[in-house]
Amino acid sequence: MRVIIVGAGQVGSSIAADLDSTHEVVIVDCDPERVDELNYSLDVLAIHGDGTSVDTLQEAGIERADMVIASTDDDETNIVVCATAKAVSSAFTIARVKNTEYLRTWQHSEKAFGIDFMVCTNLLAAESIVRVVGLPAARDVDPFAGGQVQMAEFEVEDESPVANQTVSEADRFDSLTFAAILREGAVTIPRGDTVIRPGDRVVVIGSPQSVQGFATTLSPDESAGTAEEVVIVGGSEIGYHVARLLEERGFKPRLLEQDPDRARELAEQLPGTIVMESDATDIDFLEREYIGDADMLVSALDSDEKNLLVSLLAARLGVERTVAVIDTTPYVDLFEAVGVDVGVSPREVVAEEITRFTREGGAENVALIESDKAEVLEIEVDENSTLAGKPIRESVAALPEGVVIGAITRRREFITPRGNTVIEPGDHVVVFVDGSVVGDVAPKL
Amino acid sequence: MKLRVDYKASLRLVGTVLKYLAVPLCFPLVVALYYGESVLPFVLTMAVTVLVGMGLERLAEEPDIGAREGFLMVATTWFAVTLVGAIPFLIEAHGVPFVAPAVHPESTLGNPANALFETMSGFTTTGATVLGDISFETHTRSIMMWRQLTQWLGGMGIVVLAVAILPELSVGGAQLMDAEAPGPGIEKLTPRIAETARALWGAYLGLTVLEIVLLYGLHVTGNAPNMDVYNAIAHGLTTMPTGGFSPEARSIEAFSAAAQWVIIPFMIAAGTNFALFWHVLTGEPKRLFRDTEFKSYLGIIGVISAILAAVLFVGDGLVSVAPVGETYDQFYLETVRTAIIGNVEPSLRQSLFQVVSIITTTGYASTDFNAWSSTAQYVLLFAMFIGGSAGSTGGAIKIVRWYVILKSLRRELFTTAHPEAIRPVRLAGRAVDERAIRGIYAFTLLYLVMFFISTGLLHLDAARIDLNLSVLESMSAVAATLGNVGPGFGVVGPMGSYLDFSNSSKLYMVLLMWMGRLEILPVFVLFTPEYWRR
Repeated sequence: MRVIIVGAGQVGSSIAADLDSTHEVVIVDCDPERVDELNYSLDVLAIHGDGTSVDTLQEAGIERADMVIASTDDDETNIVVCATAKAVSSAFTIARVKNTEYLRTWQHSEKAFGIDFMVCTNLLAAESIVRVVGLPAARDVDPFAGGQVQMAEFEVEDESPVANQTVSEADRFDSLTFAAILREGAVTIPRGDTVIRPGDRVVVIGSPQSVQGFATTLSPDESAGTAEEVVIVGGSEIGYHVARLLEERGFKPRLLEQDPDRARELAEQLPGTIVMESDATDIDFLEREYIGDADMLVSALDSDEKNLLVSLLAARLGVERTVAVIDTTPYVDLFEAVGVDVGVSPREVVAEEITRFTREGGAENVALIESDKAEVLEIEVDENSTLAGKPIRESVAALPEGVVIGAITRRREFITPRGNTVIEPGDHVVVFVDGSVVGDVAPKL
Repeated sequence: MKLRVDYKASLRLVGTVLKYLAVPLCFPLVVALYYGESVLPFVLTMAVTVLVGMGLERLAEEPDIGAREGFLMVATTWFAVTLVGAIPFLIEAHGVPFVAPAVHPESTLGNPANALFETMSGFTTTGATVLGDISFETHTRSIMMWRQLTQWLGGMGIVVLAVAILPELSVGGAQLMDAEAPGPGIEKLTPRIAETARALWGAYLGLTVLEIVLLYGLHVTGNAPNMDVYNAIAHGLTTMPTGGFSPEARSIEAFSAAAQWVIIPFMIAAGTNFALFWHVLTGEPKRLFRDTEFKSYLGIIGVISAILAAVLFVGDGLVSVAPVGETYDQFYLETVRTAIIGNVEPSLRQSLFQVVSIITTTGYASTDFNAWSSTAQYVLLFAMFIGGSAGSTGGAIKIVRWYVILKSLRRELFTTAHPEAIRPVRLAGRAVDERAIRGIYAFTLLYLVMFFISTGLLHLDAARIDLNLSVLESMSAVAATLGNVGPGFGVVGPMGSYLDFSNSSKLYMVLLMWMGRLEILPVFVLFTPEYWRR
């Protein structure tokens, strides 16, 4: 498949890097140095030019392209790129936008602006933040099979009850599968006798209740469920959407915003949120409002450094968990290392969303673990699948190492996969696949 | 923005309105012809309105109305129509020198202060009366019909009517309606203000006709013996504007329970925001029950009526012996007691009727609530301050204002504990502008200040002429005129009148009614130097 990516920023390059091994990727950017750099670092064709001009798109081979991804930092540019591409070709167009108004307009027809698929950075980031609310210690949560199945990544702390237990000891839930353990950057597929060490990250797949239960087992002291007290710092678009989504789930979050006009505007738009006009680094204020008692603090200010500062301050005051929005993707690991519990990079989230959309094969839904070290795929099993019609024990033996059947849903009913479970065509299966064998495995499923 | 108030433009428009006042005057004229009564009071008044109107119209060529001209025009219009509207009453009592003798020289409206009071009470839909004798013996049917018609004209607003039908008011009409319409702000229903005004008047006219038909229908089917055509029209014309002028001395007590039950929902409708009816008719009926004010309005009526009904049912709400100083017919009191105590329908009907009548500021009475205990009366006095909905024909402070005040007070409590919190006051989910909240506070405070000062003044003036008033009576007289409710308690009760007050008190109450109808601020602003300076 020939894919043209317009905009070689963090999002564009990240998508290009994910796709370059399996697709023919052309990337367009108006910064000549960036173009040069990409030509050397990735196996892609980088072209210098303006992605909104037909000439540039033709140079990139628009007439042969199957897909155009507009991923510059500017919403209007991305929309024009897609509209232009639609005008001169029949390529599938994907646009990244920040403004949710464009998304709402697009959702009215799902064709507006000549865009076939639109991803909204701010909304996606907010959604991924809201997903970890209610699951203590979770670093990443992705829903599968229409919410029947959840994949969650947890960090095991030193004092966690499951630390130094074997997987079979830790697994106290019927409908939960341990898909992987991430240790020092490597992915291990656990067996019953694998010991979970402090500092490991475990990836589990199961029903939402069992994932919730496991989260509670991991950190019994932290409150779980809907009683959570959430503080959002910064009334950016992301902060606003986090508050709005939490309101929809019945939370009553508190939102701190320094700018009086923006605070008033947010207070008018968010009836279920207590908006406060204050500097989030004002310690007197934080103490007076007992911010330290919050279960979770989401820092969504417009600077990474401020978010780090606010998160550290909050953790010091006693907030159980801190989530920070981090614009510069490479900072995510660093910030998580120095004390931010969960770092969310809007660019990474968007790149992931676009990548998962462009994946070849019958996958309905994809989640990426540690960028590309592993993937969790949701597939609808058909007759030709290796999995169809035989017990899991047999089908797994036929597949390479590094594949775990995480969960099965049949007619929206959750089925716990065990060795002798037989998968039928039409079932939805959530599979964990090690990054190194994805190319091999995906076509067989 | 203009540098100075263009009072000529304002007066010119007042003139236009006055000129067209000749048209509604045709209605009592027709009534006079039908009953063979003198047409002079109306013909002469029509001549005056047309002459004065045309004279004022010569003041300015093309009036350009701004916010300040709007205030002046609206305030002056109400005064001008009152002055002219009093003429028929005076002619009836005095006749015209060399032309015609007095029709009914015994009419108390021969006193100019009384005539002015009665007319202002009519146009402002207050319903407070100074008629010594409400009967067709002392007044012609046509003059009584004029009295009822003033209320109907004043209900939805003379200025709104003018905006609806006069093309020269298409620009600036919004300002005029804003200055006149009850409640904070107006809701534009259509892009053109004249169409909005027409929609409101259309709903008003439609409901009036419906009520007349239903009332007369009851009469025809034998369920309301006294409700003949004249009475059906008279009560239709005075229910929908929440006016309360009944041609019957016993008010609605003169009619059957069935007629009373029919009038109740129409009073409730009159106290509802008319914009809601427009939404209902244009295919959004759900908006009616989504409206916070409407829901609170029904809730308040329900709760207060239920309490009063219970009190009446067990007998605690009724006096058994007339209070000291009252000349009550002991037989009447006994009749009322036996009719209500222990009977569900009468206690429910009487409490609901009075509560609805007072809250919507209609001022009808289905019983003489002077015969109620003081506890029950204080509940009604309290209800006089609630008022109807914004955008209704009802007076007083209005539910939406109380709602916003209560919510903003709750916000105050919250922000005391959390000083940094930003909490908009929400009305049906939408945030209320802080300036609007300030306006509501200013209005309510001014209303209460006016209430207390006026109570004091009225009480003193009554003492001066040896009119023995209780504090409750003085308070109720002010609350009833300032809130455009009509009847109060005691001497000014539903079967009594304001006749005993001195002329100066009556003229003062004319001012109160005028202020109450225009919601105080537009009147006060006329008396500030800032208004007249640039």
